[in-house]
Amino acid sequence: MNNSALVTSIAGVLAAAAPILFAVIGETISERAGVLNLSMNGMILLSAMGSFAVALATGSVVLGFLMGAAIGALVSLIVAFASLTLLQSQVAVGFVLALLCRDLSYFLGNPIMGKVGPRISQVPIPGLERIPILGTILFRQDVMTYFSFILIVAAWFFVFRTKPGLTLRGVGERPTAAYIRGANVNRLRYLYAAIGGAIAGLAGPIYSLSIKAGWKGTISGLDGIGWIVLSITIFGGWKPFRAAFGAYLFAFLQWLGLVLQPSLPSVPSQVLQVAPFPLMILTLLFVNIGNAEWVDRSLARLPENVRRDIARVLRAMNATPPAALGAPFEKE
Amino acid sequence: MRDTRSSRILFQIGAILFALIITTLVLFLAGAQPFAAYKYIVLGAVGSWDVVTNVLVSWVPLLLATSGLLVTFTVGLWNIGIEGQITLGAIFTTWAMRLLQNSGWNPSLILVIAMLAGILGGLLWALLAGALKTFGGVNEIFGGLGLNFVATALNIWLIFGPWKRPGVASMSGTLPFDRSLWMPIAVGSSRLTPATLVIAIVGIIAVYAMIEGTYFGLKLKAVGRNPKSAYIMGIPTWQHMMASFAICGVFAGLAGAVQVTAVYHRLIPSISSGYGYLGLMVAMLVGYKASLAAPVALFFAALNVGSIQLPIILKLDSSLAGVLQGTLVLFVILGHGVRAKLLKKTKVSS
Repeated sequence: MNNSALVTSIAGVLAAAAPILFAVIGETISERAGVLNLSMNGMILLSAMGSFAVALATGSVVLGFLMGAAIGALVSLIVAFASLTLLQSQVAVGFVLALLCRDLSYFLGNPIMGKVGPRISQVPIPGLERIPILGTILFRQDVMTYFSFILIVAAWFFVFRTKPGLTLRGVGERPTAAYIRGANVNRLRYLYAAIGGAIAGLAGPIYSLSIKAGWKGTISGLDGIGWIVLSITIFGGWKPFRAAFGAYLFAFLQWLGLVLQPSLPSVPSQVLQVAPFPLMILTLLFVNIGNAEWVDRSLARLPENVRRDIARVLRAMNATPPAALGAPFEKE
Repeated sequence: MRDTRSSRILFQIGAILFALIITTLVLFLAGAQPFAAYKYIVLGAVGSWDVVTNVLVSWVPLLLATSGLLVTFTVGLWNIGIEGQITLGAIFTTWAMRLLQNSGWNPSLILVIAMLAGILGGLLWALLAGALKTFGGVNEIFGGLGLNFVATALNIWLIFGPWKRPGVASMSGTLPFDRSLWMPIAVGSSRLTPATLVIAIVGIIAVYAMIEGTYFGLKLKAVGRNPKSAYIMGIPTWQHMMASFAICGVFAGLAGAVQVTAVYHRLIPSISSGYGYLGLMVAMLVGYKASLAAPVALFFAALNVGSIQLPIILKLDSSLAGVLQGTLVLFVILGHGVRAKLLKKTKVSS
């Protein structure tokens, strides 16, 4: 592989990671507020189908993207309503919606299957695109990929550097304390579930109006992405930069699978396509193992200097979810 | 409103009505004629003896999966990894049958060994999810999902690699087993195998009896209600969680074994047919109680089989069954919430 092919590939990995980034950042914001949206897998499929249908009917990709965000927000609001107002299990409602939205997308998308519709194209940024190597990697992308770069920084800044971001974290970590300090816990949870859902909902149109343009039903290759998004959210430790690293790692592994294909003829292509999925989730083991009690116990038996080093590594990898994730909040 | 049996039934009927209304709207949105669609689903599920037996064929693995999930739900675990456990059951069954098919042994003996191998496969995969949860701190939902992907990859690798058909490997699966190694089919039916039907019915009765009638079941419930206080009361928590994973794995493995020995007679890429996820839906719909699982699973199987003909007759996607099932479970859950709210309000005001 020569240099220019490598550069194009890196640019391709960044573009392929864009929808995952939107979904992961959206889920991170929602979970930071305490709302676990397990419907992600079906939601992405439904927003991909719905936005393509709208873009096809109106000829407007902008309306398509708006539809994707609207579907994401709506599905998240159903999860929020069932859990925050009706006090039902977020896992149960989210799981039902994951299957329901998937089947809805296949059923309603049947007539538009395989049709050719509008899509967004690459918009090179004048001047910057001429920078050697970096220009091709960063500045010859489509609009949503540019937005995905901005989103990482914006989400980090909002969550960790602003006052509303502090309240957001408080609502998910210590809702009672946030309530005493004057935050309307449930209203904020609804708000961030909707915002997070809308951001995640954009993942659908990024697929159906850009990198996997069109709607191909069960062979769209999108089924499963949402479950990966949920595990990258955990891998990312509910931190935007770490989540972005997870998204890029996943996109890179998928690309690697494609590249390795010709050199591994004995391995069927279907296996390499799903290979990143188990790898991603095995990393969850390393992210979580520091939380297990027996690890603490066995560490305590080790000599002090070894123990300190291992503990430091575990702590660096470790990710602890927002304390009130999934728990309803009721005023006393 | 008071907490009576009739108010509960009223809410359940309400949920069914809402699910039907939403599904009808979805059908209108798709430009279809709702009543034609419903008619063909009913005809496709009960219209002839042949389709009725098909519903029963589909009921067996679904009921097996649901039975296992009721045990994991009793201890408060979300065993999403059941799809992979079914797949591993099917893989182990196929493996045993491939090893023994030319041995000249009695076919019944081979089938029994193959079923036991399936149980072992499901059990191992479930214990892996359990170990990730207990010793690795990995939430069973995410560990299970990961293992589902691994199981799918393993299955496809076997079908396209070591176990591929002579000549060309294909998505249609491995070479079918000899007819002598098919689970015996009922007289006058094309696919129904009485032996598997008996296994499924005995299975759900056993789960019901275990949860409702044994000390072990009581301890599982205690762990499910409140793991901490159960632990303080002297019930070893993680051992009971592992035990429930193991039991669920046995049922999932059986479901996979049934798919191979009685339904497809070979290994195919989507061997679990989504019965694991559908079993989760059935378990949610019956409120995690074993008493109603069999009829509700039968209803879901009927919807699935009934919608198979939709693409041919009405050019509609067969995922309509999933839409109806999904809206039904969703509205039952929402109905629970609304009813609980109303009950609380009555209590406060009286």
